[in-house]
Amino acid sequence: MHVTSGHGSRPDDGTGLLAIDLRGVHKSFGAVEAVKGVNLAITAGEVVAFLGPNGAGKTSTIDIILGLSTPTAGTVSVFGMQPRQAISRGLVSAVMQTGGLLKDLTVGETAQYTASLFTQTRPVAEVLHRAGIADIANRRVGKCSGGEQQRLRFAMSLLSDPELLILDEPTTGMDVEGRRGFWAAIRHDTAEGRTVLFATHYLEEADAYADRIILLRHGEIVADGTSSEVKALAAGRTVRATLANADAAALRAIPGADSAEVRGETVLIHSTDSDAVARYLLTSTPARDLEITARGLEDAFIALTSDDAHDAGDTGDTGQSVTNIGASR
Amino acid sequence: MSTRSLATPDLTTRRAPGLGGFNLTVLRLEIRRLLRNRRTLLFTMVLPVFFFLTFGLNSSYANAQDGHGNVSAFIMISLALYGSVLATTSGGAMVSIERAAGWSRQLRLTPLSPVAYVAIKMLTALVLGLSSLTAVYIVGGITGKPSMPVYLWVVTALCVWVGSLVFAAYGLFMGYLLPTENVMQILSFTLVLFAFAGGVFIPLSQFPQLFQTIAQYTPLYGLNYLVHAPFLGGGVHLAWVANAVIWLAIFAGGAAWRLRKDTARV
Repeated sequence: MHVTSGHGSRPDDGTGLLAIDLRGVHKSFGAVEAVKGVNLAITAGEVVAFLGPNGAGKTSTIDIILGLSTPTAGTVSVFGMQPRQAISRGLVSAVMQTGGLLKDLTVGETAQYTASLFTQTRPVAEVLHRAGIADIANRRVGKCSGGEQQRLRFAMSLLSDPELLILDEPTTGMDVEGRRGFWAAIRHDTAEGRTVLFATHYLEEADAYADRIILLRHGEIVADGTSSEVKALAAGRTVRATLANADAAALRAIPGADSAEVRGETVLIHSTDSDAVARYLLTSTPARDLEITARGLEDAFIALTSDDAHDAGDTGDTGQSVTNIGASR
Repeated sequence: MSTRSLATPDLTTRRAPGLGGFNLTVLRLEIRRLLRNRRTLLFTMVLPVFFFLTFGLNSSYANAQDGHGNVSAFIMISLALYGSVLATTSGGAMVSIERAAGWSRQLRLTPLSPVAYVAIKMLTALVLGLSSLTAVYIVGGITGKPSMPVYLWVVTALCVWVGSLVFAAYGLFMGYLLPTENVMQILSFTLVLFAFAGGVFIPLSQFPQLFQTIAQYTPLYGLNYLVHAPFLGGGVHLAWVANAVIWLAIFAGGAAWRLRKDTARV
């Protein structure tokens, strides 16, 4: 039942059940447009990360998938149904980042309460055990730590044995150990073929747990692919050197240079052939203090999602055109 | 590609629950929560009892003949109604705390329908109403002042209890409509106004005609006359029933409307 290559079944081929199907989804709050035309198809069995800074539209998109808000334009379907229908059937559940718990109930009572609302549920004791909170079943929710409350939210989301699990920044505020334990539980769980969509700030979480990463920026998808594909967007290295009176246009003309930036006496040249750039700088210019650094997923993330990414021109190669890079496979 | 068929879930076995998710487990847990909230429980029991001891025992009028009993019994019924609606309003208004905690949003991620939720909250509030009403009647019995036939103790208590449902809906509606910090202050104040306008504290005949006319449209007016009807034995006016039923519909409809809208993040 391991579905580690879930994105192999891209929706583009017209087969396979779509767990999530968003088409031309827009969401405006007054004059603010939080989601600007998102098209998203997630096949059953995929583990997908939504990556993006605050205000990128992650939460607004999730709210639409969950039927908590209706799109201003566009259509949304979850397992071929309206979100509300899918929720009524226990097909979808979600772990929200805050709230959603009553302080005056115990952990066990909260799970019982939730379980009683669905037609088919896993046993409460089993779910508490899976979430690692069986030993605190009699504790009042108000007396639980943030991590314990988050495990309870996770347990509640497992009760209906959902086909699609949505996690909205599930580990915010957890310590390293709590995050690791939480993800171990999720990973164990998704081995059974559940579709998972999680929003996160943490790049390493997306890298480690998702089959597919979707980068959002200002309500639009700016990249969509596996973590290695997203990293490849920011492939190459940055060569940094001290060079007086440098001309950015001349630097960009260096063989192998993709982009260049001049900050006073410091020049930054991004290149997929850093050796050639370095050789040129050292032999043909008075450049000194050379430094060569690799770019990681974090740089890809910053390059693709930062506000000035598209204006500065230094990452023009990874602009709007990268949408759905995975589709070429 | 072969993995896809394994991942494709069987959706045909999935059903939505009947009754919009209404069930006895939830009712039991909600009542347990209520009993844990001792402050509200005590407040809604002590206040009407205190009023009864203050106004219901005055020897200058308490023993005077009235309806099928005496004035003390009439006042006991009035204050049981006041206590009961205070309690059911408080019970309903607890949703404002749940809303602030994001619980109502959480419930939107379950099959529970807004109508079923409103029903659960109203039934739970009725338990609180029963405790307040019972406190007043027990204290009344202990003082020995109120006098009416035994069956009327039972019948009027039942009328008060069932009638207080209208205010469970009121509390619920307001709990969704108003900010959490001061919802109970506002509601306690409006209940005092409604009680005066409905003739619960002072008979309406003591007020000017204009006030009496307006009073007929206020939410406690119909209930107040209805719960005293068995005691006074003068029959039931359609206007009283209409008043109670229409206010119930307004409050319950408003609560369901707000719940449906209520998905704001916390």
